[in-house]
Amino acid sequence: MNKLLQVKEVSKTFGNYTALNNVSLSIDKGQIFGLLGPNGAGKTTLIRIINQITMPDSGEVFLDGESLKPHHIRNIGYLPEERGLYKSMKVGEQAIYLAQLKGLSKTEAKKRLKIWFERLEIGDWWDKKIQELSKGMAQKIQFIVTVLHEPKLLIFDEPFSGFDPVNANLIKDQILRLREDGATIIFSTHRMESVEELCDDIALLHKSNKLIDGNLLDIKRQYKTNTFQVGINPTNSYNELDFHSKFNVNDAHFKTLNEELKFSVQLQHNQSANDLLQYLISIGEVSYFKEQIPSANDIFIQTVNQS
Amino acid sequence: MNHLPLIIKREYLTKVRNKSFIIMTVLSPLLFIGLFTVVAFLSQVNNDKVKDISVLDQTGLFSSDFKSNDTYKYHQLNNAELSIAKDLTKSSDYYGLLVISNLNENQTNVQFFSDDTPSISVISDLERLIEKKLTQLNYTKRAIDISAIKDSQVNITIAQENFSGQKSSKIEGFLKLGFGGAAGYLLFMFIIIYGNMIMRSVIEEKTSRIIEVIISSVKPTQLLLGKIIGTSLAGITQFVIWIGLGSVLLVLVSAIFNIDFSQTQAPQQVLANQAMQNNDVQMQVGEVMTAFYHLPLANLVIAFLLFFISGYLLYSSIYASIGAAVDNETDTQQFMLPVLLPLILAVYIGFFTVIENPHGTVSTIFSFIPFTSPVVMLMRIPFGVPMWQQILSLLIVIGTFLVMVWFAAKIYRIGILMYGKKPSYKELVKWIKY
Repeated sequence: MNKLLQVKEVSKTFGNYTALNNVSLSIDKGQIFGLLGPNGAGKTTLIRIINQITMPDSGEVFLDGESLKPHHIRNIGYLPEERGLYKSMKVGEQAIYLAQLKGLSKTEAKKRLKIWFERLEIGDWWDKKIQELSKGMAQKIQFIVTVLHEPKLLIFDEPFSGFDPVNANLIKDQILRLREDGATIIFSTHRMESVEELCDDIALLHKSNKLIDGNLLDIKRQYKTNTFQVGINPTNSYNELDFHSKFNVNDAHFKTLNEELKFSVQLQHNQSANDLLQYLISIGEVSYFKEQIPSANDIFIQTVNQS
Repeated sequence: MNHLPLIIKREYLTKVRNKSFIIMTVLSPLLFIGLFTVVAFLSQVNNDKVKDISVLDQTGLFSSDFKSNDTYKYHQLNNAELSIAKDLTKSSDYYGLLVISNLNENQTNVQFFSDDTPSISVISDLERLIEKKLTQLNYTKRAIDISAIKDSQVNITIAQENFSGQKSSKIEGFLKLGFGGAAGYLLFMFIIIYGNMIMRSVIEEKTSRIIEVIISSVKPTQLLLGKIIGTSLAGITQFVIWIGLGSVLLVLVSAIFNIDFSQTQAPQQVLANQAMQNNDVQMQVGEVMTAFYHLPLANLVIAFLLFFISGYLLYSSIYASIGAAVDNETDTQQFMLPVLLPLILAVYIGFFTVIENPHGTVSTIFSFIPFTSPVVMLMRIPFGVPMWQQILSLLIVIGTFLVMVWFAAKIYRIGILMYGKKPSYKELVKWIKY
């Protein structure tokens, strides 16, 4: 069984409002899964159902092949988008309390906290109250509390919000490290560049429905349009009319280091990349040649707009 | 996974370590005793001041009766004009002027002139003095033997006894009232103070947004119960400290300042005491003691504990669900009235109906309605309530509490994750149906 989490035909309505409509997902062990979607798509509702905070109206969720039960709580770590800690409680006390709620013993929690405090460069905050910390510091504590009980499944909702680039990078490294240690991670965010960077599989929710899901690279392959960005320094043999008659050419704007002619060329079914390249060589010096791969951002916008 | 002890511990410790909690715990008895001391001290000072009263006796009957003492200093103005007497009293800055004149042969007219409204005790002291003198004069005029009247006066105390032979008395009735009233009122205060505390702590978890983390580890029912029990324990701690510290302070203060607190009484009480002073004090103390032992003490203590706990739990679950339903404390207003209403009703019924007739229809009915029964039943029990009634009433309260917790947990589960929306009653009903 290499599926850690399976969501089967889950629906949830609040009064007249449908938050999730027959959504199914399956997430492989040891991967980072991007849960994407515009605001109000139903991501948070789905995450809350996985956390057993709300119950689905219909459908079922399986963790590691078992139907989700209250005792699975200790196998899940959840970092909600709305962060919060007890403001007037001391850092160490609070972290131990929350770890104990997840089933860790006090001594074990203390031991692990020490290690994590070092990893995230948190020094002598043990006896400080949360309200005395900066937002970024509190976020770090919250991150540690989420992962401390070493759950099989980690759910991060916008984990980088509120961090400066240095600390965001620190957290990113820790997320990758957690995956290496065997955790499966659900990653919900609006930052497409981190999806690009981290996610193996993704699912896109929109208006309570799942629009696409699967391997990010596969999806990109589906969405690519065989368009190439080219830059040439033309020679005398360059004939604009001939170029345009042979290929579907548009002017393009992209940044390079030199001044050259820039085009974006969409290949027809009978044309290959080599055909284009050979032609380009015949009309000038090729300085730039790159297939235009749709970014997660492009896919997101295109899918949401089409539906 | 049972996290209940953990949650209780956290709730208790955060409450008890809270600075304002500590300050209130220490400061309240200090303030209370301080206030008491000031009041006692002031009224003593007030009483100590000798009051100068000028007396214009136009009848000539009272020449030897106004004798100055610790409280009053009388100045006889002989045969002065009323206007002159007034001026004289005013210019001497006396407390007031007493004028006694004859209307006709049999009627005496008494007037008192003063700058400010005279105190009730001064007026009644003067009235008593004049009444006594005139009554005596009348007796003499009609040749009535005063000692014969005194000898023939009879004082009756009805001996009360129930059919199984248990004796009781008026004092016992008062004692029962005292016990019941104190118990009921204590519960009422406890619910209001610490119910609010629970509500605030639920709201705090919502506003600090930690609730989503907690609720993904713990069942709402457990969190709810943990909060209620933890806060109650903190409340009991505070109460015990208040009582302990308060009594120590009271003893200390009265020793240092030599203030007799039992003398701090309202004028009405003074009058009532004077009326009752006919009885032998020694006998009264004995009666109180026997009355005390006649009370169903074991029943009282056990019933007090059970009704107090279950009544408090019932109300705190309501407070907690209000906290879960709203976003901030100002939004709680619309839900507070329906909670307070039965509570206030219970206290009113307790203090009026139960006192009048502890086993009447109204008292009995309200001691079975779960929202009023803890208070009303606590007030009824000293008067002897059949065991089956007590047990039935208790079962109803506990049953309602269980339903209420289930209901509160429902509201809790949905309400704690709802932000920014002020819920209406209609919406609450919808939440329960989810």
